[in-house]
Amino acid sequence: MTTNRIPTAQPARRRSARRFNSAYLFIAPSLVLIAVFIAEPIVQSGWMSLHDWMVGESSHRFVGFANYTRLFHDSRFWNALRVTVVYTLVVSVGQVVLGLAIASRLRRTTWYSTLLRTAYFFPFIASLVVVGIIWKFLLDPQVGLVDAWLAAVGVSPPAWLQSTALALPTVMAVGIWKNVGFTMIVLLASMQQVPRDLYEAAALDGAGAWRQFRNVTLPALRPALLFTTVIATVNGLQLFDLVFSMTSGGPIFHTESVVMYLYQKGFVEFQMGYASAIAWVLFVIILGISAVQLRVLRYRDVD
Amino acid sequence: MSTETVTSLRATGARPPRRARGTGGRATAVRAAGAATRAGAALSWVVIGVGGLAMLVPFLWMLGVAFRTSPDLYADPARLWPVHWTLHGVRAVVDQLPFGQLILNTFVFAGGATLLLLLFDSMTAFALSRLRFRGQNAVFVLILATLMVPFQVTVVPVFLTLFHLGWLNSYQGLIIPRATSALGIFLLRQAFLSLPRELDDASRIDGAGNLTLYWRIILPNAKPALASLFIIQFAALWNDFLWPLVVTNDVHMQTLPAALTLFSSQSGVDHAALMAGAAISLAPLAIAFIALQRYFVQGVANSGIK
Repeated sequence: MTTNRIPTAQPARRRSARRFNSAYLFIAPSLVLIAVFIAEPIVQSGWMSLHDWMVGESSHRFVGFANYTRLFHDSRFWNALRVTVVYTLVVSVGQVVLGLAIASRLRRTTWYSTLLRTAYFFPFIASLVVVGIIWKFLLDPQVGLVDAWLAAVGVSPPAWLQSTALALPTVMAVGIWKNVGFTMIVLLASMQQVPRDLYEAAALDGAGAWRQFRNVTLPALRPALLFTTVIATVNGLQLFDLVFSMTSGGPIFHTESVVMYLYQKGFVEFQMGYASAIAWVLFVIILGISAVQLRVLRYRDVD
Repeated sequence: MSTETVTSLRATGARPPRRARGTGGRATAVRAAGAATRAGAALSWVVIGVGGLAMLVPFLWMLGVAFRTSPDLYADPARLWPVHWTLHGVRAVVDQLPFGQLILNTFVFAGGATLLLLLFDSMTAFALSRLRFRGQNAVFVLILATLMVPFQVTVVPVFLTLFHLGWLNSYQGLIIPRATSALGIFLLRQAFLSLPRELDDASRIDGAGNLTLYWRIILPNAKPALASLFIIQFAALWNDFLWPLVVTNDVHMQTLPAALTLFSSQSGVDHAALMAGAAISLAPLAIAFIALQRYFVQGVANSGIK
């Protein structure tokens, strides 16, 4: 592939190519790191997923696709996948829709909208771990503020994180709370790039607020909407920190995500082959979903 | 979809009725509609204001609990603030965790990896945007392709590599694998491409080589992009959880997020100590955010616009 491209370069290239090109020194550190810590591990991870690979054992038995068939019949994996997909769907849609609503409300710059933007963005800079810990104790039945305030207005609070029915929805709500500010900021930045005269022209043509939003704002926001949706989806599928710190996957696996299960198999039970198979299934799902999203939202048309 | 249509309608809905009012005929109907829109607009401001408070109250509560005694908290959990302020939470977290060491580790990890990443990514971005070399396209495609690889796919083999190198529980093990990122290269390449070519020509005429061009011309002219990347990368690593959790298991080498999570899952945890720990681990980013809000927002927004 590289050799095919050489003739298209300018003739002068050939002469200077003979002596050493210092460009290679500039790309060397990054390329070495990418080769050692990303490219090679991908291949190795695929190779490991075909083995019964326990840490500490001297030889690793080749098992073909046995890890994958075992995964296919593993109900704990299917549960983790269901949790992850439900979380991803709800959180990415919630985050983008609410982020769009908030951004369009806070579009004009006034002192109070600036203040509100800061407030909505603030949880985004905190770590998922800190957010998870704070919410775990905010929802605590004994010391939590949420239950205490609900009790004060006469509502008997449910057991948020201890209930099998409510634990996942509660984690999803916290996921949206944490990330909605990110969507808002990206969409606001994109909204501010829409030329004002587009709105003026639309208004002259008699377009009301809704038609202006549909026909001017939304099309202009399409790349940003695509970006935030893809990021939210990929982040959702990699769900780990939040459930680890809020519920540790409980109650009885009702919030266990795919990456939590991977961590459990790989770094607690040290079944590296099986963990690699989980990782590859996750990889294929992420690639597939991103490809579909890029297609549906037709990135190329806009770009 | 329904929520955002309602809000955005109301967001801009206040203006058209005002224009229509003078036209006479439908004035009454329009005035009634205008009043309804105004009521709706007021309501949406209430909703968005309450939402904004809901973003901050958990952090205020965290601060309150950090400076509150246990009996005080159990007696009246509905209070946001302590009755009696106490430093016992801060003292407890420093006693029960090697807290100074944890802060140092997190700084060394996030700061070291971010600085190296800025250096390596900017070098690569410079070569990709300002120089020409054999295989340039292939290198760029390879880097873009790694953008699609989730970290979880590589974590098991990378763990084994670090194990064989003896780099587990070490700064180099934490930092080196994080010292480059495809996203960083991509964003800096975009920033460098937007700098005018005349800069290169002028410095070449002055006899500058690639190194001078990179260090004296391109980097100083791309300071805003570098600053934005520094901030978002530092914040991401400061908050990172899975990576430090995998690479370290010795509490003296851990970073704040991993140590706090393990601390929070111990039974009979001291709430004041835990919230003090959370507050201290959040403080550097919160202060940086308030001081450098523009760069934070630009860094995040730019990664979206490109």
